Amino acid sequence: MSEYLNIFTRVQVRGHYEVGTPLPGRDNAERTNNPPIFEYWMGKLGDAQIGPVYLGTLGVASAVCFMIAFEIIGLNMWASVHWSPMQFLRQLPWLALEPPAPKYGLHFPPLSEGGWWLMAGFFLTTSILLWWLRIYRRAIALGLGTHTAWAFAAPIWLYLVLGFFRPLLMGSWSEAVPFGIFPHLDWTAAFSIRYGNLFYNPFHMLSIVFLYGSAVIFAMHGATILAVSRFGGEREVEQSIDRGTAAERAGLIWRWTMGFNASFESFHRWGIWFAVLCPITGGIGILLTGTVVDNWYLWGVKHHIAASYPALWGPVIDPATLPGAAQLGVVK
Amino acid sequence: MSSLGIRPLALGIVAVVGVFLAVPMVLGFQKPFIESVQHGPRGVAMGVVYNDETLVTNAAANKIPGYLPQLPPVGPKASAIYKNVQVLGDLSVGQFTRTMASITQWVAPTQGCNYCHNPANMADDGKYTKVVARRMLQMTQNINQNWQPHVAATGVTCYTCHRGLNIPANVWVDTSTGPGTDTGMGFAAMTPGKNAPSAAAGLASLPSDPYTPYLEKAETIRVIGNTALATDNHASIKQTDWTYALMMHMSNALGVNCTYCHNTRAMADWSQSPPQRVTAWYGIRMVREMNVGYMDGLAGVFPEYRKGPLGDVQKVNCTTCHQGVYKPLYGVSMAKDFPELQKVSSANGGPRLP
Repeated sequence: MSEYLNIFTRVQVRGHYEVGTPLPGRDNAERTNNPPIFEYWMGKLGDAQIGPVYLGTLGVASAVCFMIAFEIIGLNMWASVHWSPMQFLRQLPWLALEPPAPKYGLHFPPLSEGGWWLMAGFFLTTSILLWWLRIYRRAIALGLGTHTAWAFAAPIWLYLVLGFFRPLLMGSWSEAVPFGIFPHLDWTAAFSIRYGNLFYNPFHMLSIVFLYGSAVIFAMHGATILAVSRFGGEREVEQSIDRGTAAERAGLIWRWTMGFNASFESFHRWGIWFAVLCPITGGIGILLTGTVVDNWYLWGVKHHIAASYPALWGPVIDPATLPGAAQLGVVK
Repeated sequence: MSSLGIRPLALGIVAVVGVFLAVPMVLGFQKPFIESVQHGPRGVAMGVVYNDETLVTNAAANKIPGYLPQLPPVGPKASAIYKNVQVLGDLSVGQFTRTMASITQWVAPTQGCNYCHNPANMADDGKYTKVVARRMLQMTQNINQNWQPHVAATGVTCYTCHRGLNIPANVWVDTSTGPGTDTGMGFAAMTPGKNAPSAAAGLASLPSDPYTPYLEKAETIRVIGNTALATDNHASIKQTDWTYALMMHMSNALGVNCTYCHNTRAMADWSQSPPQRVTAWYGIRMVREMNVGYMDGLAGVFPEYRKGPLGDVQKVNCTTCHQGVYKPLYGVSMAKDFPELQKVSSANGGPRLP
């Protein structure tokens, strides 16, 4: 007999294709006209069945917009290495499509100086919002709650803050993030440096709490359910309502070790809230940076959250404040 | 579609991605072991990080060479015996000969005297190298006399940069917008001097030429605001990238990490910074003066093949002297044994505009 007591899934679900319950109207055709396939290696990670895939109008529109953005970004990157395929591969992590210079503010710059970036951003944003709508509508069609769509809305909020809301408030597209692998990481570091250390931003602190918290909560949940699966604990929804020995044992081990336990139902709420609060609080923190707060370290000093440390050296004075500093090294 | 088609494809993709990720990662690693030396108050993680292997390499590469002993100021002056001695004329003939021999050893050990001198007439200024050498002597004197906040009593000699080479191993020219570096075609996006592996900035995708704006021109380096709330600091993220690149250059040049000069919890705050930051501040101004007041002025002297693609002369940055070490030659002073390099000794020896 198969069991769940392993790190990886040892149960390969095989049988008739599972296409779910009949749906009204056109949706039913999508359910039956795309025969799914089975793949052994996917079964190692999850359900071995792939499909049926429902693309639909929103899905196609979203994919088209994504491809436009992807092409704009990729072709501009390729152009930046003179269309050399080797250099494109070699330098790919360094390449980027850069937002406009600060001098253009919120105006539309020439294509070569940020216009492409604006267009790529527009199509990528459209693609993401269409995808969101598609998830929302598919949930309704299946008679589900719309939790997945609202959870997806949380990172969309952060994305829009970084690339749209904050640049609008700052009055310049140049404040937004470049499209590129290393360049967007350099942007992140430069952003923290420019605004006096983002670690003193309380919303950044909260975001980190929810990020690491999500990881811990996810691990706690997975471990607990795998541990009680020998008692049927993987049937979580049933056990939420009709608490069996699996649920009781799962609860008891947490009460024994830390005095408190979540229930089979509430723990999924812990999960979704920790996950969505990570980008929600992060987005608030980014939105306040530069618009309200200019130096988070000094903000931390002002609000007594920055510790002071003993001075190890004699007083170090900014040499630029000394007489004649401005002329130093200036050749006349 | 059968699952037979997907499987090799998926495995192939995994293998290719794995190789692409693994090879640069493994090659990019530094060999252990790494030492961390505390460089700030306890609890703030200010450590200066050293790689044992690099320390051994650097120690070997930064030994000072042997040099001739000093001679007493006896006998006639060089200016009385030789013609066209504009900088070192006050030295005795013996001292003067020692300096010339030392410069040969430091800058042109294989070519000898004739690298700068016309052997038929040593006073002739016909070779460009002689004119450059004279100006470089004046620059050395100016550094030792007027830039003690940076070079302290240790001072510099020709060897600090040259190390036996005609041209110091680490110099720069303006390449950021030179021919062959313009990006793309037609209306494709331009990359504004960044988004390629930047040798100046430790191969980050930061700006590739932080030297022109900060070590030749005097663009504003400071981007961090002095007030908690937003007031009138309009420095952009893009501008920060340029400052960041300059700082990365300084870090590479000195073989140190950020905390050598900054308490990184408050980069801008001088009161929490190690005193090395003050030394570095003077260094930036010193290098500007060297580039504008000395190197740029030699544009008409250097032949074209010694210039960059934009026609500018080769210039100085932090690496030119430091060469990966926090103090050039680990702070051993050669200049103390060359008093003729300590003071500006000619009327036109100061920095001047081209």
